[in-house]
Formats: sequence, structure tokens, C-alpha cells
Amino acid sequence: MRPMKFDFQDFLLKLKRSLGGLKLKLNSGDKTTHMTMEKRRAIAGYVFISPFLIGLIFFFLYPFLQSVIFSFNSIQIGAQGYEMTGVGFENYRRAFLVHPTFSRVLVESIIQMITDVPLIIIFSFFAANLINQKFRGRAVARAIFFLPVIMTSGIILAVENNDLLLGIMSGAIQPDTAAGAVRALELRTLLMETRMDPRFVRYIIDAVDRLYEIVKASGVQILIFLAGLQTISPSLYEASTMEGATGWENFWKITFPMISPLILVNTVYTVIYSFTNPNNPVMEIIKNTAFAESRFGFSSAIAWIYFLVILGILGILIGVISRWVFYHD
Amino acid sequence: MKAISLAKAGQALETREQRANWRHAVFFQAKKILWVTVRTILVVGICFLILYPLAAKLSVSVMAERDLYDITVCYVPKHFTWENYRVVWKHMGFPGTFFNSLWLSLTTGILQVIACTLVGYGFARFDFPLKKFLFGMVIVMLVVPPQTIMVPLFLRFRFFDIFGIIKLFSGSTVNLIDTFWPFILTSGTGTGLRNGLYIYMMRQFFRGSPKELEESAYVDGAGPYKTFYYIMLPIAVPMMVTIFLFSFVWQWTDTFYTTLFLEKLTTLPTVLSSLAVSINYQEFGPMATMSPAYASMLNNTGSVLVILPLIAIYLVAQRYFVESIERSGIIG
Repeated sequence: MRPMKFDFQDFLLKLKRSLGGLKLKLNSGDKTTHMTMEKRRAIAGYVFISPFLIGLIFFFLYPFLQSVIFSFNSIQIGAQGYEMTGVGFENYRRAFLVHPTFSRVLVESIIQMITDVPLIIIFSFFAANLINQKFRGRAVARAIFFLPVIMTSGIILAVENNDLLLGIMSGAIQPDTAAGAVRALELRTLLMETRMDPRFVRYIIDAVDRLYEIVKASGVQILIFLAGLQTISPSLYEASTMEGATGWENFWKITFPMISPLILVNTVYTVIYSFTNPNNPVMEIIKNTAFAESRFGFSSAIAWIYFLVILGILGILIGVISRWVFYHD
Repeated sequence: MKAISLAKAGQALETREQRANWRHAVFFQAKKILWVTVRTILVVGICFLILYPLAAKLSVSVMAERDLYDITVCYVPKHFTWENYRVVWKHMGFPGTFFNSLWLSLTTGILQVIACTLVGYGFARFDFPLKKFLFGMVIVMLVVPPQTIMVPLFLRFRFFDIFGIIKLFSGSTVNLIDTFWPFILTSGTGTGLRNGLYIYMMRQFFRGSPKELEESAYVDGAGPYKTFYYIMLPIAVPMMVTIFLFSFVWQWTDTFYTTLFLEKLTTLPTVLSSLAVSINYQEFGPMATMSPAYASMLNNTGSVLVILPLIAIYLVAQRYFVESIERSGIIG
């Protein structure tokens, strides 16, 4: 029972036709001698990406389009396949108006993401600068800084987040730790005395309290920034120091603009990672709706709402940040 | 130390100019020492922050339950015991579960490295029709949450068929759930867990590597495939190790795809996620509940068992890992 079937023959035909068109275009040019070479290169290119081409069609595009259709249907699974009955926008209406927690959890996870992203970017940029300098034990420090990439993923992170004992223990020893030293009330009063915006002060204090979580989420970003820092040619710094620039000026006039494309990359990565992390509460709702409650159509609808929200936020972020990104070439 | 010796040297200086130079040097040294101190504190502090939870897990895992309630016990257990490990080992189904996870992560890791290296090279060095569109799809794959395509993907593997051929011969579709096939198929075609990222990394790496090597191979008469195999593949080893490390680790700890495609077949992340509940049920019976502190202790012990193999791999692969970054793998 599969009413929707992807017409593969038709797709191949179209692909062939479009390739044929391109071939004609190439033929009409004068460079007939280069053509065979170009064509051979193009075929080799397709050979290299052929695994991806197959995967893209069968395990990505096809399910992707199918999930759009699912989201407008109600699905019953039988022994030999599944049946769909069209329900229009009912699933979408239900997600916002009937589901008890979806809208709240969605908004919460967006707010959480907006608070986290700047902190993660700033911390990872800072950390990358730190371990880019030359000092004894740098190799060890680097190895430890990247450790969160492997140590805090998937199930380990989930267990750690829900762990009672570790929470109590770290609470008990907080005064000795880096986070605990500044956690004390003095910081709060000190910052309040500076007459900064209380909201800003609260943000800073919150960041200090959650320092470990930020460190945990920064592994890959540190890596990307570090790689970027190492591509900046030392001759730039030499030249500007010769002209009398200070380290501070060097940082703002050379390091910062040169690294700015990576700030964009890292922001996008952080947003995607925080949204598509299986521990994200929205992700849990989507999965539970599908497999615990067997409402596949409804689950697809929620997933699509979520995807569109991510797309919207990414669009806004990219639009804002790329205004002041500096491109070398 | 240097500042002091400079200060001594300064006393011997006579002229005003020399004195100014000396003062400048002392100031410079003092500033440097101050910065080195601050930097050391920061680096050590962050390292501590990262290592602390691991140390805490290790220390909890060898404690007896009564140590948890003893206020004088902080990190060093009074009643050292392997009992936690024995219980967890039994209930996590070691070594069977461990080998399930190992084979799964190894298979997907190797397949993903092969697929992503090939695809990344194709995107980096060749021009072909629809290239921009196809590379755009790599980026789209990164952005789409796996949950969006989860249901159709599950149904696809539950009722697996290739253009109706299998159904034609055997009369029914194949159920691939609870086998490794969904992982093999998606990994081998570069559409597995976070494969968009790996393809992107590989492409950036090949774009950043010098073209001269390939050109000289072409001049010597090698075709694109031979050139790739003999010239580019050896260069790409550090990057391949990095991607293998990523894919192995992320598969090892992944609960999303393992719970989606596997039901009876257990892997480490799936048993760890329900470890405390299942121990409670089997050791204390369905009506009893164990103390939350004990449950947490078992969870931490389980986490240690999951993390230890990863740390072993990380220590081996770490060298390549940093090297591939230094060769600007990601930026290109």
C-alpha cells in the first residue's frame, strides 16, 4: 500500500536530459580539443561522489520529501507496509493548539540556545588563542582541551546531565574549583556596584555558574578557531609590530578580522549542534511521539515545524553576522 | 629570574640612555612574567574543569555505597571495592554488548572514512554539472535534524526493497531493523550520522593541499583514479584518522540511531541509558526501589566503562588529530 512512489525512472530521464543539455553547450564551444579532457574529468568527478549520490537520493532526499507528505497524513503500520489517510493541516494545528508542552519546550530551547551561543563562541575563541601560544606542556593542554569532543557526547552527556551524585559532589566542592572561586557572592555584589544593567550582570553570573557546561560544548569550536589562527600568516604580525602596533592593536586589527569568517562558521555549527542534539527536549518529544505513541504523521509535522524554525533562526543569524565578516580574498 | 639578573646588570650602567633601555627591559620582562603566570593559571584551571568530572566518576566507581553517606569521605574511598564494576559488568552484558558496539563503530567508522574521503575529493578537485547544487545538499544534510527524516527512514528499513525487486522474488519486503544493515548502507553512502560535516572537512582539506603533486602525476600519465590512490590518499591520512576518530566516538555514544534501528540487539549506549532501572528490577525486584545515590553510582561506573575505550583510542589518534588541524584541515 504505497500511494506515493518516487518515480526513479522519470528522475533518471530528467537527469540524463539535463546532462545532455550541458554536453551540447560544451560542444557548441570552440575548445573542442579540451572538451574530451573536461568530460573525462566530469565523469571522474561523478565516480568519486557516486556513493554520496546514491545515499542522497535513497537515504536523504526521498525520506525528506516523504516526511513532508507524512506530516499531512495519519499513518497506520501493518505487517506488510503502512497506510496513510490525509488529514490536511490537522497535525500542524494540533502541534500548537493541542499538544500540552510542545510550544513551551520549543520556545525554551530557542531561548536557551540564544543565551548559550555567544558564551560558547567567546569562550572557544579565547581558549583557542590561549593554546595557540607557545608554552611548555602545550601538547598536553591541547589534548585535554579537545577531550570534551569525545568525552561529552551522546549517552555520556545524557547520563552526566541527569546525574544526581555528580551534581551534589560538585556543589560540595565548588569553593575549591575555578567556577566556585568566582561563584561567591562577592562577584555578584561587585558587578552590581558597577551600575551595569542588572540583566547583563545576571547573564554574566549565569555564565560563570555554568562554566563547565560551556566548556563541554566548546570542543569542536576551539578546534575550528585554532585551525583558523594557524592560517594567519606571521608576516602580518611582524609587519605591524615593526610599525609600532601593540599586541592589543594586533589582536583587533589582524586576528579578529582574519578570524571573523570562522565566527560565522562556529555560530552556525553551535546553533545546529544545540538544535539537533538528541538530548534536546524538542528532539525527545519528536521521538517519543513517533515511537512511544506511534503517531508517525504527527511526529513528522512537529519535526517539520522545528526544522523551519531552525532554518529561520539560521537565516537571521547568517544575515546579521555576514555583514561584518571580513573575507581575505 | 631574568628580571633580577637584568636589575643587577642595570646598576653597572652609566649613561642615561643605557638606564632607559634597562628600565624598559625590566618592564618588559615583568609584563611577560605576569602574563605567563595568568596564562598558566587559566590553562591549568580549564584543564581541571575538564578533567574533574572524569576523576569524580572514577572515584565514585570504586566506592562502597556507605562511603557516599560518609561525610569524611571526599574523593579517596574508605571502603575500596570493585563490586560496582562487577554488578555493572554483568547487567550491561559485557563482553557481548561491548563487541556489538565495537563492531558497529568500527564498521561505520571505516565505511564513513572511505565514503567521505572519496566524496570530499570529488567535490574538491573536479568540475561537473550540478556540482554546486549537490554540494549545497551536503550543507542541507547538516542542517536538517535527523528527527525530520527519522520516520520515513525507519519505514524504509523496516520494509526494505530495491525497486520492488526483492518483493518480486521472495514475495515480501525485508525487515532490516535489528541488523547492522541500516548503518552499513547509510555509512557506505555518506549519509550516516553527521556525515555532512565529514564530507565538508575532507573537501576543505583537499582544496587546501597543493595541486602540483597531482599535476606532475598527470604529466607522468596517471589517470584521476591512480593519482588519487597513490598521491592524494597518503597525504590525507591524518585527516582520515581525525574523521575516523570523530565517527567512531560519535557512533560509540550515539543513542539516536541505535535506538531507532536496533531493538533486541544491544549496544553500550542503549544499555547504559536504562542501566539503573534494569538493575533495580533484576536485583531488588519490581516493587522495590534502590536509593538514588546508588543508582547514580552505578550510572557513573557504567559511564567509566563506556569512556575508557574511547580514551585509549584518543590517546593513540591524538597525534594525528592535532597534526591534521595544524595542516589547516578545516579551513583550507
